[in-house]
Amino acid sequence: MKKEIICTVCPRGCHIQVEGEGDKILSVEGQGCKRGLEYASAEFAHPVRILTTLVKLDGQNDLLPVRSNKPVPKEKLFDCMEVIRAATVKAPVNRYDVVVANICGTGVDIVATKAIEG
Amino acid sequence: MYNVKCDVAIIGGGPAGLAAAIAAKEEGAEKVLILERDNALGGILQQCIHPGFGLTRFKEELTGPEYYGRFVDKAKEVGVDYMLDTMVLEVNHETNEVICTSSRYGLTQVQAKSIVLAMGCREKTRASIMVPGTRPAGLYTAGSAQRLVNRQNIMVGKKVVILGSGDIGMIMARRMTLEGAKVVMVVELMDYLAGLTRNRVQCLDDFGIPLKLAHTITRIEGNERVTGVWVAPVDEKKQPIAEKAELVECDTVLFSVGLMPENELTRKAGIAINPITNGPAVNQYMQTSAPSVFACGNVVHVNDLVDNVSEESSRAGKYAARYAMGKLAGEQKTVTCVTGRNVRYLCPQTVDANEEGGKVSLYFRVLQPELGVKLIARCGDEVIASTKEFRVNPGEMCHVNVATEKLTGDTVTVEVIKED
Repeated sequence: MKKEIICTVCPRGCHIQVEGEGDKILSVEGQGCKRGLEYASAEFAHPVRILTTLVKLDGQNDLLPVRSNKPVPKEKLFDCMEVIRAATVKAPVNRYDVVVANICGTGVDIVATKAIEG
Repeated sequence: MYNVKCDVAIIGGGPAGLAAAIAAKEEGAEKVLILERDNALGGILQQCIHPGFGLTRFKEELTGPEYYGRFVDKAKEVGVDYMLDTMVLEVNHETNEVICTSSRYGLTQVQAKSIVLAMGCREKTRASIMVPGTRPAGLYTAGSAQRLVNRQNIMVGKKVVILGSGDIGMIMARRMTLEGAKVVMVVELMDYLAGLTRNRVQCLDDFGIPLKLAHTITRIEGNERVTGVWVAPVDEKKQPIAEKAELVECDTVLFSVGLMPENELTRKAGIAINPITNGPAVNQYMQTSAPSVFACGNVVHVNDLVDNVSEESSRAGKYAARYAMGKLAGEQKTVTCVTGRNVRYLCPQTVDANEEGGKVSLYFRVLQPELGVKLIARCGDEVIASTKEFRVNPGEMCHVNVATEKLTGDTVTVEVIKED
């Protein structure tokens, strides 16, 4: 299977041609750097994304921005959103406090990106 | 009236103001004061909860809150002062007075030695592009929708059409989708993407959201709430082909049709504005036509990466501090930057060639996308800098670096030429 992958590592956005079957990569062409090669190979086999959203703060009319501390599999984005939507947090919160650990069994934590004073 | 004295007064506590304040302090200015109209520091990054910031400056991908969080921490560490809920009304560059209203102190006069303008930009609206039709509820600029969703926990709609393929619009397409809304399509007048490619991949393609290039909205329908928009392809002159228009049902329209530097204060102060960028004209010190007033970030020209904003704002802060301490008083030899082939604007607009050992990045945007080009800076016929670029695109800022010692004559021309 041949696939064109637009690299998102940097704003240059190289159009990279990847040929392969499932996990197996046969050829990669068109990348501007080594990071592009790694990105395109990974994107072809197992696309992943950083997920960012918000969590409601318990008893406060305020929202806490959160992110996945590592990329999660693309196909699990909506499952993760459902889990995060059900979560609440109590202030005070420090930046990088874990809000949801090991979300959807991915081994990835959802962490706060902002500190909120109590 | 409440009176405050400082060395450097900084108008705006977003990424530009924060970077300028830290740099001014580090350069040796004693009292650096940020005046911010919002109730917190961080500016627009407070609502930019998505990742993609900091790849240049920190070599890692941060979200908006993480990015500005680092600057706020640093600003507090170096002892930057700030006033929140404070709206600046007037800047006087002859007396270096700034008049503002503060909810805590009332009418306030700030006496500075130098001033940094870091007010950022605001969004263009439906009115700026004059879309015909009714005026129902459900029409938002992408950024105001982003503020409602990300800071105020208010969902703006369920079935969304986005006009304009700017970054904020695409990021909101993903955000609305993740929150359960249906984004019907993104409509773009030009035949190329306005924002960054990675946002197209991660915000549209990932969720199967169609991107309609060379299309526009010709009419908005609905009385109390939007019920739909007419979407038509455009010809080569960007004129809609009316007979091909189709009605697209939606309850919300987001406009992501560009940003405008916010320069009411600058204009009122009589500082020279560049007609293309709509921001103050500056030299490499980010110094405006008023020598004691510096400017940085999106108030000067709309950037696509906050990393660039931080970089140029650090420069503005550094030189504003030097000016305040009487260390930027030497005579300047002004070289004017001239736009050549496929260059829409340049920033800075002038360079002081007397800066010893100066290395100046001339930032610019191209008019048209092009492949396989050379970016060139020349004085007369002499090429003083040249770099190759695989691809240039109006949505992504370019730059060439020139050494001040190589600047001869009164002008330096920057152009994009096709490689053979």
